[in-house]
Amino acid sequence: MTDAAPTPPSPPAATGVSRRRMVKALGATLGAAAFGTAISPLFRGSELNADELMQRHYKELSAADKQTVLRRLEAEAKEASGRDVTIKDAQPRPKTKFVYAINLSVCNGNGNCVEACHKENNHDRDSNQSYIRVLEMPKGTMDMEKGNTTYTGAVPQKDKFYMPVQCQQCDEPPCVDVCPVQATWKEKDGIVVVDYNWCIGCRYCMAACPYHARRFNWEKPNVPAAEVNPNQGYLSNRVRPQGVVEKCHFCLHRTREGKLPACLEACPTGARVFGNILDPKSNIRWILENKRVYVLKEELGTKPSFFYFFDK
Amino acid sequence: MEAIANVSRVWRRSLLGFALAVVLPLVTGCGDAEPPSPAARPTPLAAKLPVHTRAVPGVPHILVDAGGQATKLACSTCHSMKQAVPTQRGGSGLRLFHQGLEVAHGNLTCLSCHNPDDYDALRLADGRRVPFERVMDLCAQCHGPQARDYAHGAHGGMSGYWDRTRGTQVRNQCTHCHAPHAPAYPTMRPTFKPRDRFLPVRSESHDD
Repeated sequence: MTDAAPTPPSPPAATGVSRRRMVKALGATLGAAAFGTAISPLFRGSELNADELMQRHYKELSAADKQTVLRRLEAEAKEASGRDVTIKDAQPRPKTKFVYAINLSVCNGNGNCVEACHKENNHDRDSNQSYIRVLEMPKGTMDMEKGNTTYTGAVPQKDKFYMPVQCQQCDEPPCVDVCPVQATWKEKDGIVVVDYNWCIGCRYCMAACPYHARRFNWEKPNVPAAEVNPNQGYLSNRVRPQGVVEKCHFCLHRTREGKLPACLEACPTGARVFGNILDPKSNIRWILENKRVYVLKEELGTKPSFFYFFDK
Repeated sequence: MEAIANVSRVWRRSLLGFALAVVLPLVTGCGDAEPPSPAARPTPLAAKLPVHTRAVPGVPHILVDAGGQATKLACSTCHSMKQAVPTQRGGSGLRLFHQGLEVAHGNLTCLSCHNPDDYDALRLADGRRVPFERVMDLCAQCHGPQARDYAHGAHGGMSGYWDRTRGTQVRNQCTHCHAPHAPAYPTMRPTFKPRDRFLPVRSESHDD
């Protein structure tokens, strides 16, 4: 300030950042940090910690924040299982939209995909959890509600066909619309993901999904340390907390690195086809152009990125 | 034989297309060794890596007991001294090595696929010799729709990379999944079942 006599104080807007705003921002930051420190003793010995509680929504995390979060989760995973795991945050690649198709003339219901998903995605061992259900369907209907998942014995049966159902990665996903906290959303490459640290476990999305594709972690997933898949992704197969919803993410920790999904590699019949629909020379594009494909519950207008077809 | 004899001209032309599309990569990638390691960093102009087709066994051998010692013999060892029987189907009536060989493959005779002029190779319908390693040429003569779907990645299992600019894709051949003498895919047993909390266990076994 100058000591020249009466000069009117400059208007706050002119200085760019007003002192008041700076003080406010500082207070908010210090306040949040102080609050975190203040409450941290409450979480001692519990699974939740203050850092986790104060973590922001995935989309609001800066690159540096993400690194902090990923390293923290890796440390927690190491503490829980004794295993070194890598948790990455693979991003959608440009000009890529993932689409899946299953040849139901070939699928014989052996369920190897279900098991491969179970192992790849660190699912709870006690419940045989998996993102895939194979429905044994009576011939002559596409109504998935008529399917049965508990069939055993030799497959395929002559009067049945087999339809694996997992997340259809809808272009109009009802699960995303109903989430009250935006913990689930559709990514640029078409994959519908869940931020497990933001999900409040209300399970609205499960009620909204017409394909029964979402799963709830009633308990903390139990995966023996030796069986943990250490190649993990933040939005995909890291071991989930208790009380959150999860779903098929097209193995994004693999597919965003160019690899095929685990369920496809495990299929002994070659019924599964996966690829980038924006590539005119891709396998998946050829199928959509040359086979009579159909989608589940088309009348609902969910626009799945998941197709089924028969050879004849 | 009928099925093969009916191969039309149009079909042969499309067969040539198939041979170029599917069989050529086969020639380049062979050996059941590990596929080449994926390209570490994709570049904007990255060329697609070739598809690695898993090799099938080459010329078959049988093990015989030659004075207490296991000895490998090629098919031609015996067959070069024997007269071919064009009407023979399957193993019934054969007394030496092919007893009990179940053949459930359409109406084919042995010589529909095996080459009477050279038993260490196979034979196409037009009489051309084709080595065992290129058995897909042979299958494609009758199984056109499957061959077409295979060429477009819509038939036959695969592993590795969907994005071939970043890694190698590994493909099967026909005989990895289909036994040539009885090619119908076998029935299987699902071993991994869900244990949903709210799902009534109906225990519907097909075996009961």
